[in-house]
Amino acid sequence: MATKAFTLDDLKRILKEAAGVAEGVDLDGDILDTEFEVLGYESLALLEAGSLIERECGISLDEEAVNDAHTPRTFIDVVNMQLAPATAA
Amino acid sequence: MTRRRVVITGIEVIAPGGIGKEKFWNLLSEGRTATRGITFFDPTPFRSRVAAEIDFDPYAHGLTAQEVRRLDRTAQFAVVASRGAVADSGIELGGIDPHRIGVTVGSAVGATMSLDEEYRAVSDGGRLDLVDHTYAVPHLYNHMVPSSFASEVAWAVGAEGPSTVVSTGCTSGLDSVGYAVELVREGSADVVIAGSSDAPISPITMACFDAIKATTPRHDDPQSASRPFDGTRNGFVLGEGTAFFVLEELESARMRGAHIYAEIAGYATRSNAYHMTGLRPDGLEMSEAIDTALGEARMNPETIDYINAHGSGTKQNDRHETAAFKRSLGDHAYRTPVSSIKSMVGHSLGAIGSIEIAASALAMEYDLVPPTANLTTSDPECDLDYVPVIAREQLVDAVLTVGSGFGGFQSAMVLASPERNLL
Amino acid sequence: MTASVVVTGLGVASPNGLGVKDYWSATLGGKNGIGRITRFDPSSYPARLAGEIPGFVAEDHLPSRILPQTDRVTRLALVATDWALKDAGADPAQMSEFDMGVITASAAGGFEFGQGELQSLWGRGSQYVSAYQSFAWFYAVNSGQISIRNGMKGPAGVVVSEGAGGLDAVAHARRQIRKGTSLIVTGAVDASICPWGWVAQLSTGKLSTSDEPARAYLPFDRDCRGYVPGEGGAILITEDADAARARGARSYGEIAGHGSTMDPRPGSGREPGLRKAIELALADAGADPGDIDVVFADGAGDPEPDRTEAEAITAVFGARAVPVTVPKTMTGRLYSGAAPLDLAAAFLAIRDGVIPPTVHVDPCPDHLLDLVLDQPRPAPVRSALVLARGSGGFNSAMVVRAAR
Repeated sequence: MATKAFTLDDLKRILKEAAGVAEGVDLDGDILDTEFEVLGYESLALLEAGSLIERECGISLDEEAVNDAHTPRTFIDVVNMQLAPATAA
Repeated sequence: MTRRRVVITGIEVIAPGGIGKEKFWNLLSEGRTATRGITFFDPTPFRSRVAAEIDFDPYAHGLTAQEVRRLDRTAQFAVVASRGAVADSGIELGGIDPHRIGVTVGSAVGATMSLDEEYRAVSDGGRLDLVDHTYAVPHLYNHMVPSSFASEVAWAVGAEGPSTVVSTGCTSGLDSVGYAVELVREGSADVVIAGSSDAPISPITMACFDAIKATTPRHDDPQSASRPFDGTRNGFVLGEGTAFFVLEELESARMRGAHIYAEIAGYATRSNAYHMTGLRPDGLEMSEAIDTALGEARMNPETIDYINAHGSGTKQNDRHETAAFKRSLGDHAYRTPVSSIKSMVGHSLGAIGSIEIAASALAMEYDLVPPTANLTTSDPECDLDYVPVIAREQLVDAVLTVGSGFGGFQSAMVLASPERNLL
Repeated sequence: MTASVVVTGLGVASPNGLGVKDYWSATLGGKNGIGRITRFDPSSYPARLAGEIPGFVAEDHLPSRILPQTDRVTRLALVATDWALKDAGADPAQMSEFDMGVITASAAGGFEFGQGELQSLWGRGSQYVSAYQSFAWFYAVNSGQISIRNGMKGPAGVVVSEGAGGLDAVAHARRQIRKGTSLIVTGAVDASICPWGWVAQLSTGKLSTSDEPARAYLPFDRDCRGYVPGEGGAILITEDADAARARGARSYGEIAGHGSTMDPRPGSGREPGLRKAIELALADAGADPGDIDVVFADGAGDPEPDRTEAEAITAVFGARAVPVTVPKTMTGRLYSGAAPLDLAAAFLAIRDGVIPPTVHVDPCPDHLLDLVLDQPRPAPVRSALVLARGSGGFNSAMVVRAAR
């Protein structure tokens, strides 16, 4: 699992499972740099998504980094940052 | 038409750090903390491993073997404390029509400890989807539906009037007493045994607060883990406990020569209609509850001598309620001591509101403001006088106590001397 | 003079009908909502019948954003609230947010959600517990989620007094309206037909073990044999009568009186509190027994509590002096949701001049009751009394009457 990088598609799938999709939001649009708030996801949704990712990938995400990730791009970076050492190990 | 007024004439508290309101008050006035590493179960797998636990032996407090078997720890607390409050008030309940005696019990999560343990058994450690009823305890239903707590308290004190459990999450302790006040005011009861109880320190509770990172991950020094209003705060410390009161109509309390701790002069609850766990930083809805409670008490904000804060020690809560105090009290907020006893006894969810009412009434009794323990690092967003570390002697005639909880509920209550001038 | 509080909207989720229209026609037609449990395999349990709500697809009614964080009980409550507000012609977005509140009852919160998370905890590990567990199961969840979905910032509340809680919540809503709030969403929905909830309910020893849907729950029958649990309830929009009139709302009628008591400690030998609760409710409504046109009984379905209830009704009204009905014979007992559903039925009875029937029951002649059996009974109904009891000694009684 840890050998593959975490992608936007992974994130979208997990967000849908963890928190559904807000009305009027198209996750299939160009959302990489759209703020989560605009996408209708608040901290609770991201916490749930984060813990689904942790379980699926067998990693532990850095809490502060997750807190500071306000867009899909930065969130994906945080996940991949954790995946990298897991791969190395 | 004069409104019926409601006063507290009896108090009992079971809180971390000691059983009984004397030990409770000693802890607060000395600024000691009762938080520690969890001993009820192995906390190793959890992110947060500290709690404010009570060393409680139900047999030492008069419960029978059958009561101990039948009652969840939360109900045990409630029964012992309600009897204690009645004893403290000196009221002879036997001389009152039992239909005029009501009971309200606040609890956020009911019999969580028992449910957690019983689920584990009937599911064989989570293996069975179709859990096995042959392993269930006979009183499992009383654990599922916590109105059983109100029945137990009513039966313990001999009440047959309006009785219920109020379960509004972490404001339950204020809302239960507020509900009781309304029963007496409207004439549905003359006396209400009111309070709240929670004993949530179990794996499922720790796990769910871990998941939203609401509890502190600080384990190195458990005694200083609860840090409301401190710049280094990073979550609350789960607690347990109970407080119960005898509430009476003012004139009948005076007639029987009862000791009156305080009048419950005003109360209100509002919703933020925003988020089940989140708070907007502006404190608008809590402020609305405070304004309404003050209005009901017919008091100016400037008459408040002490604010007993919710002060859970999460980043967002302490900022949120600081904003609410400023919004409602204006400049007077800066002149009013504010403190959080959760720094010492932790956050016992639905119970803490009643425990904080007890602390507020005792602050009036002893003219002493309990401190906020562990407050050593300032936070620019929390810039009021939080009475750090050391209790403060001063006249306390009127207290505002507030609560905030999941579901978005915001509650405020004003305690004051019944002799005060009314607006 | 205390303000009059009226009901302007109803939202119903019942085992025999979703929505007011379906529920009412099913109830007048004697349609039974009780059947063998389908939501899990009940064969290993001694009781296998329940009143399940068929055909409720949450996705059809609620945004996907809310679904991962809600138990079935909350989904039902949110949808019932939507229907009730629509029925009342009330648009929360057009009203002052602090002038609307939410006060519900609950018996078991989101118990099924809780089972899932307990299973995650003990079967897989604490890191598998959902972030939503911190509120999705707790007793306050419906009030919280309703207030958020509808932007209602006024008084909030949640009462738990088992089966009596639904009336206590409505009474508390009336209290808050009298203190100055214009509109309160109230009532209750309960739903815990999941294995963990079932096992907890079985522990009472009061569940009917019959496998015949028409013979399992028989209040006031000589063959009564316990009760069948159900899921659902009703949400009511309560309003200050003047405020409702001012916005041109239609009113189903008034919440006229309420009384509640706790039974004496078991073994005390003192009289149970139901009669007193009825007397308090009548006095609060300023009504005489003769003013009441129908009693919606609690209908425990066990010999002893049935006798207690029949005696309380007879003591207040006289022998066979008032029509008595138990429409919950078609739904099973819905815990805190039961009494709000009976309130809805009472208002519909007032509207249509017809008393819904009690089905399947061959009344025990010891009970001196005029039970409305099998067929609806046409009758002018201006005032109704709804009774609700909760396990553990709770008694609650409410008088409703036609709008003046």
